Amino acid sequence: MMTNLTDLTLAQMRDGLRAKSFSAKELAETHIAAVEAARPLNAFLVETPEHALAAAAAADAALAADAALPLSGIPLGIKDLFCTKGVQTTAASKILDGFVPQYESTITGKLFADGAGMLGKLNLDQFAMGSSNETSAYGNVISPWRGQGNAALVPGGSSGGSSSAVAARLCAGATGTDTGGSIRQPAAFTGIAGIKPTYGRCSRWGTIAFASSLDQAGPMARDVRDCAILLKSMCGFDPKDSTSLDVAVPDFEAALSGDLRGKKVGIPREYRLDGMPAEIEALWQQGIGWLRDAGAETVDVSLPHTHYALPTYYIVAPAEASSNLARYDGVRYGLRETPPGGTLADMYEATRAAGFGPEVKRRIMIGTYVLSAGYYDAYYLQAQKVRTLIARDFDLAWQKCDVLLTPTAPSAAFAFGSKSDDPIAMYLNDVFTVPSSLAGLPAMSVPAGLDAGGLPLGLQVIGKALDEQGVLNASYALEQAAGFTAKPDRWW
Amino acid sequence: MSESSAVPFRIQGDTGEWEVVLGLEVHAQIVSRAKLFSGASTAFGAEPNSQVSFVDAAMPGMLPVLNGECVRQAVRTGLALNAQINRWSRFDRKNYFYADLPQGYQISQFQYPIVGEGELVLELEDGATRTVGIERIHIEQDAGKSMHDQSPSKSHVDLNRSGVALMEIVSKPDMRSPDEAGAYVRKLRSILRYVGSCDGNMEEGSMRADVNVSVRKPGDPLGTRCEIKNVNSVRFVMAAIDYEARRQIEIIEGGGVIRQETRLFDPDKIETRSMRSKEEAHDYRYFPDPDLLPLELTEDFVADCLASLPELPDVKRARYERELGITPYNAAVLTAEKETADYFEALLAESARRQGKPEAELARAASNWVISDLFGALKSGDRAMASSPISAAQGAELLALIADGTLSGRLGKDVFAIMLETGKDAGVIVEERGLKQVSDTGALEAAIAEVMAANADKVAEYRSGKDKLFGFFVGQLMKATGGKANPAVVNELLKKALAG
Repeated sequence: MMTNLTDLTLAQMRDGLRAKSFSAKELAETHIAAVEAARPLNAFLVETPEHALAAAAAADAALAADAALPLSGIPLGIKDLFCTKGVQTTAASKILDGFVPQYESTITGKLFADGAGMLGKLNLDQFAMGSSNETSAYGNVISPWRGQGNAALVPGGSSGGSSSAVAARLCAGATGTDTGGSIRQPAAFTGIAGIKPTYGRCSRWGTIAFASSLDQAGPMARDVRDCAILLKSMCGFDPKDSTSLDVAVPDFEAALSGDLRGKKVGIPREYRLDGMPAEIEALWQQGIGWLRDAGAETVDVSLPHTHYALPTYYIVAPAEASSNLARYDGVRYGLRETPPGGTLADMYEATRAAGFGPEVKRRIMIGTYVLSAGYYDAYYLQAQKVRTLIARDFDLAWQKCDVLLTPTAPSAAFAFGSKSDDPIAMYLNDVFTVPSSLAGLPAMSVPAGLDAGGLPLGLQVIGKALDEQGVLNASYALEQAAGFTAKPDRWW
Repeated sequence: MSESSAVPFRIQGDTGEWEVVLGLEVHAQIVSRAKLFSGASTAFGAEPNSQVSFVDAAMPGMLPVLNGECVRQAVRTGLALNAQINRWSRFDRKNYFYADLPQGYQISQFQYPIVGEGELVLELEDGATRTVGIERIHIEQDAGKSMHDQSPSKSHVDLNRSGVALMEIVSKPDMRSPDEAGAYVRKLRSILRYVGSCDGNMEEGSMRADVNVSVRKPGDPLGTRCEIKNVNSVRFVMAAIDYEARRQIEIIEGGGVIRQETRLFDPDKIETRSMRSKEEAHDYRYFPDPDLLPLELTEDFVADCLASLPELPDVKRARYERELGITPYNAAVLTAEKETADYFEALLAESARRQGKPEAELARAASNWVISDLFGALKSGDRAMASSPISAAQGAELLALIADGTLSGRLGKDVFAIMLETGKDAGVIVEERGLKQVSDTGALEAAIAEVMAANADKVAEYRSGKDKLFGFFVGQLMKATGGKANPAVVNELLKKALAG
């Protein structure tokens, strides 16, 4: 038996369970203990050991009967944006304090149906709005990595609880959601892998909406193979989501290959930013070399509308959010503040003032503004047009290449408070991840190296619509070449 | 557009005659078992909040899925109004806060409706017609219901209606009098019922109208309009227009100007009251709903919708006149409501079968019986055609008994009354009560002889020239035969016997 079960990858856990090297119960108990011990990270908002143990018991029975499911006995962390039946779900907002869904999101339902257990609900930026996990109403998530002078670092966002938990070996895999980079950027910040599939691959049903036309669920895990395994369980057509794609789900793990002969990798010149740290540029060049070594041809491509992506995103996403979040009004569930003698409008104002955090309010106000009479054409409509142009940039690039390679984020993880007073600086974190979100394309971050301060850096692979396999395979090649083995020292 | 040859409707003001310009937005609840974007039931009258899905209550993470049946009904309605069917349409969000609007927005079709321009032909009382343009039809979800009378300190919300599918049918401002507006609502309701896309039940709120009213001096450009919200009967539509037009005229003639605003109709006081002005109007921040894909219809789908339409009232009315030889009045009455036409056609088919005659030969009598006898009975019993106590087959049996002389017209009415009272078939009643008309000359001659013997003095008077006594003898004879004597035969035999 392995001495430290929490160091295993998800694939190793699966194989070890089938080889009867350890039981699902042992696996669950070890992880439950790790979660409890790691409370200083504040990664979990709710711990659900009973769920993980029940899944483990079922898994052990299935394993004994040689009837194991793809994820039998694998304990996962679930981002608290996914509604979980009977388990509090808040999107890390006070406005949903105490809300317990009576339904299971499609994504968690599929993972559980495949045998996975849930260790708990993971902290996040409030309503997934943020890039550092500083907007949660339930406190910051702390990265297991430490900066210079032992400084506490952000785990990225919005899936910061997920990235922190996976990097700290609290779970082998976690669900994330990605609207403009919320899986990829935290994965890069914490030295783990994460993939946002094609828009429509994963059902949005039961996932609390931020920006409906952008939101996509995806897995976060320690390596590409584990992401491939989880992605297969999460994907699939859902008639309850009208934007769900009715396409077959491939066996991503079985088709995993780092042999890129015959593949062309595009290097978009517009992703070379002024003032970007030299080590990120260097890592990018190294990544290009690794992919060539794996047999790929690299080509320079142009995505001319890239620099309009961030402003476009910060119009489209808040516009949708301003409408999506209107349902949190204190009438039916969650927080309700009733000022004495107040009217209905007073109740709305008091409830939403108390319930939403500052970043959520900022985005609701931006979104309301850009949809208002007299501004709609100049902002929302214009942003939709630019979004079409950005998508067309990618379409044209696919005439020259199969995937694109870029850095995931313009910096390594930063310290708390260093950007939280400057929304624009914070929004710049998403500069490399937002364009593919606007185009609905699959994109993955894979750990590729460390910066001078010993902090993880990620590279991003962007693929054609529905070509998750191409993305996974290029990422797999990078992963094999990078040989990334760094992990944070345990300080908690 | 107007083909009306009638005298135009004018309101006499202090400064001269005024013309009223009217446009209607009718909200019609689509007939479907499930709501527009959720599987919850749409049945009327259920316990509050008993027909609410997670989607209708806008729980976190819930998503709308379009109900195809509602789309089909909207397209069928559009086709019935000879309207353009838009093969590409889109759902938008109309954002506003209210306690009975769980999502904080209504999903509606603002910019790209499913149905475009069409038309509706009205027949006015004076026989003139007017064609009213349809501007568009779009699909949208209904809100829930706020109740402010359940508690002194709280408002209650019932979400049963939340998410129910509505069609908003928008007319062009083509109507010029309260009568025309009333006729428009009645005709639209009739077509919706024929199509089966809305039950047209205004009392239950399945159909309600927003009325746009403006006034002008004939020939002047359009005046400023006011919109009267949620008027829920034909009578109220007409009353609201009458009040509102006079209110506007009074303001203008008093030197004031009309402010564009939304007004409420008070059915108790028969008046309209200001709800909000244009300046106070919501900014609904419409934008395409990112949870739904644009709605694209195939040619086959539209063709199937067209093929599924029943014969519509205008076509049916013309056919009744042309092929069945029914009077224009009767044809109009019989086709106004689908239930009436269905009943009449079943009655006619059964009559033709029983009597072995072509329908055209029986149609006149059948139409008269439905309109005078059956309608009278339904009206006095306050019943609708759909719940007629006399089935079409029962009616056909009665008509056959009259036609073959078994029953006189008068006896027919008596038997009909007994049918209404007892629910029994005409033949059974005739049998049980021995109401069969006596046409047997032998029996009648004997009865005549008896009556003449008992009234020898009257016979003498008659024979001396007092012709008026003929009626007396008929009466005596009917009395003697219990009313069953065939009047035609009686007349003939009696005349002969009295002549000596």
